Amino acid sequence: MQRLGPASSLNRLEGASLGSYWLAAMSLDGSLGIRVNGEHRRVPGGVSIAEMLNEIGIDPAKVAVERNLAIVARSTLGDIRVEDGDDFEIVHFVGGG
Amino acid sequence: MTAQQDIKADTWTVAGRTFTSRLIVGTGKYKSLEENAAAVEASGVEIVTVAVRRVNISDPTQPRLSDFIDPAKVTYLPNTAGCFTAEEAIRTLRLAREAGGWNLVKLEVLGEAKTLYPDMRETLRATETLVKEGFEPMVYCVDDPIAAKQLEEAGAVAIMPLGAPIGSGLGLQNLVTIRLIVEGANVPVLVDAGVGTASDAAEAMELGCDGVLMNTAIAEAKDPVLMARAMKAAVEAGRLAYLAGRMQKRRYADPSSPLAGLI
Repeated sequence: MQRLGPASSLNRLEGASLGSYWLAAMSLDGSLGIRVNGEHRRVPGGVSIAEMLNEIGIDPAKVAVERNLAIVARSTLGDIRVEDGDDFEIVHFVGGG
Repeated sequence: MTAQQDIKADTWTVAGRTFTSRLIVGTGKYKSLEENAAAVEASGVEIVTVAVRRVNISDPTQPRLSDFIDPAKVTYLPNTAGCFTAEEAIRTLRLAREAGGWNLVKLEVLGEAKTLYPDMRETLRATETLVKEGFEPMVYCVDDPIAAKQLEEAGAVAIMPLGAPIGSGLGLQNLVTIRLIVEGANVPVLVDAGVGTASDAAEAMELGCDGVLMNTAIAEAKDPVLMARAMKAAVEAGRLAYLAGRMQKRRYADPSSPLAGLI
């Protein structure tokens, strides 16, 4: 079991149920698997949507974000944390008719 | 009142917003963002249509439309071009509202790729939902007076019948139905699509339309900036001719010089 991660991480899991142990073990490298505009990405666990956008190089003030088909208000991008399996669409205005 | 003052006083209002320019241009198909911005400048427009698309996440540093056309100076009218169902169009406009914060939007739900003809069943359905959600949709539609009335009843803030298929440049194909729509509408009517050259825009305005929306006629002209100027002049000329009230047509000649005093 200690192969799965540093001892300090495992110590925090003492007393956890088997299910939550495995959930935690799956993300012991600290990253989450998400999709952004159809592409798979991994981001560090615990990041907000705004932090995720900044990491990609996108200014959160200049885009609209849809998460799992629901609009995320721009004012809340810094508060909402990215979760494993999230599907994001990041759009902006481009030339069109 | 001089003619100059007349032009200045002649504004139009859509969903409580008042504009002086009766021309709206698209921002697609240009060779570069610089050329696009120059054409917008030359056209004197106060509204441009824009599309909502995915940010290129592999290269987010690409130049942006808003770096060339300032949304603080020119109203961005988000459009649903490319949507073939009410759901796609509504989803696109919800994102547009979040991106720009505007309720004034252009709805366009297409029926098929070959003609890009509007699907009126989906368009009407989308209009109803958008109005319920607080949007103010300007709606692209067929040149059908009954469909136009139904859209108005559903809450469309402007009716935008096609003059001819999108991007065709064929000019107004049915002057009678466009005129009937103008006469029956209590909201602004703008011809959207089909304009090929300046006389087409003037013709739409002479019919009494409140404005004209075009993209390809300018973007695909050999000199888009010059054509943008031509369209500005044509829309103004057509509007003035409409206000002036044209002469009646006659079947035969009527001399302009007096017949009396002939030598």
